[in-house]
Amino acid sequence: MSAPTLASARVGVITFPGTLDDRDAARAIRLAGGEPVSIFHADGDLQGVDAVVLPGGFSYGDYLRAGAISRFAPAMDALVDAAKGGMPVLGICNGFQILTEAHLLPGSMVKNDHLHFICREQVLAVENADTAWTNRYVAGQQITIPLKNQDGQFVADERTLDELEGEGRVAFRYVGWNPNGSRRDIAGISNAAGNVVGLMPHPEHAVEAGFGPEAADGSRTGVDGLGFFTSVLASLVHA
Amino acid sequence: MGRVVVEVMPKPEILDPQGKAVVGALPRLGFTQFTGARQGKRFELEVDGEVTPEVLQAAREAAETLLSNPIIEDVVRVADASEESAGVSA
Repeated sequence: MSAPTLASARVGVITFPGTLDDRDAARAIRLAGGEPVSIFHADGDLQGVDAVVLPGGFSYGDYLRAGAISRFAPAMDALVDAAKGGMPVLGICNGFQILTEAHLLPGSMVKNDHLHFICREQVLAVENADTAWTNRYVAGQQITIPLKNQDGQFVADERTLDELEGEGRVAFRYVGWNPNGSRRDIAGISNAAGNVVGLMPHPEHAVEAGFGPEAADGSRTGVDGLGFFTSVLASLVHA
Repeated sequence: MGRVVVEVMPKPEILDPQGKAVVGALPRLGFTQFTGARQGKRFELEVDGEVTPEVLQAAREAAETLLSNPIIEDVVRVADASEESAGVSA
């Protein structure tokens, strides 16, 4: 297979029962210049995609634990193998929870420390700009993207947290206010290879002027989330 | 029909926000004796026939793989429910 060009890069979006943000993720991929591919959770085949987004949205109602049941979907078996082989995978919100339940990322998410569902425009610091999903940002850059969750408190034991910090695997940190009590203000992390990234806030909701967060150059013009999707396309082209 | 009880609790070192909310509400209702509360989950797994050692072993495996997340929770009990109810009704 020849290296994909921007326009030919195919990025899968997996839909589970209860997924809300699959269409937004597909739109973000298209706006970044890639070709979104819909994948159903019950399919065991990833249709030959070059990368995968696990979107947000309460799979199986989060009734057992967020992401706990999705982890065992046939599409996840294929995804775990592909991710271990180096394929870029981004988990957003519930997608991040699914990645931890599948042990592709360490730690777990529990209920927000204040017990409330929260929805706000959140400032993040990009801590690691060397992953497959962050290479179009620069380290230290601050971006604003929406956050909306109830089980968004990232927890892990101290040894795991030290390991994440020591290996530069904290990808994003909350700036200004920690909205859910996450350990060490961590909003997103990556695996050791940098191809698997998970975060609680939603970059796919900040990709198009008119629909994004407030920004300096006009109301709702924030498109800071687009960099995730242009990053993965760039990493696929240069792979 | 047999029944297996599985109980899962948040790990002691994990802040349990639901337990924290409960312990905050207790004194407002006049229950001032309680200084802490933690909230866990109880599962009841039903099987055709009786609860054999094999069934209990399968329940333990289910408890470790699906019913709990070992990062944040401990499985504190896996037991035959009939033994439990016999004790309660006695």
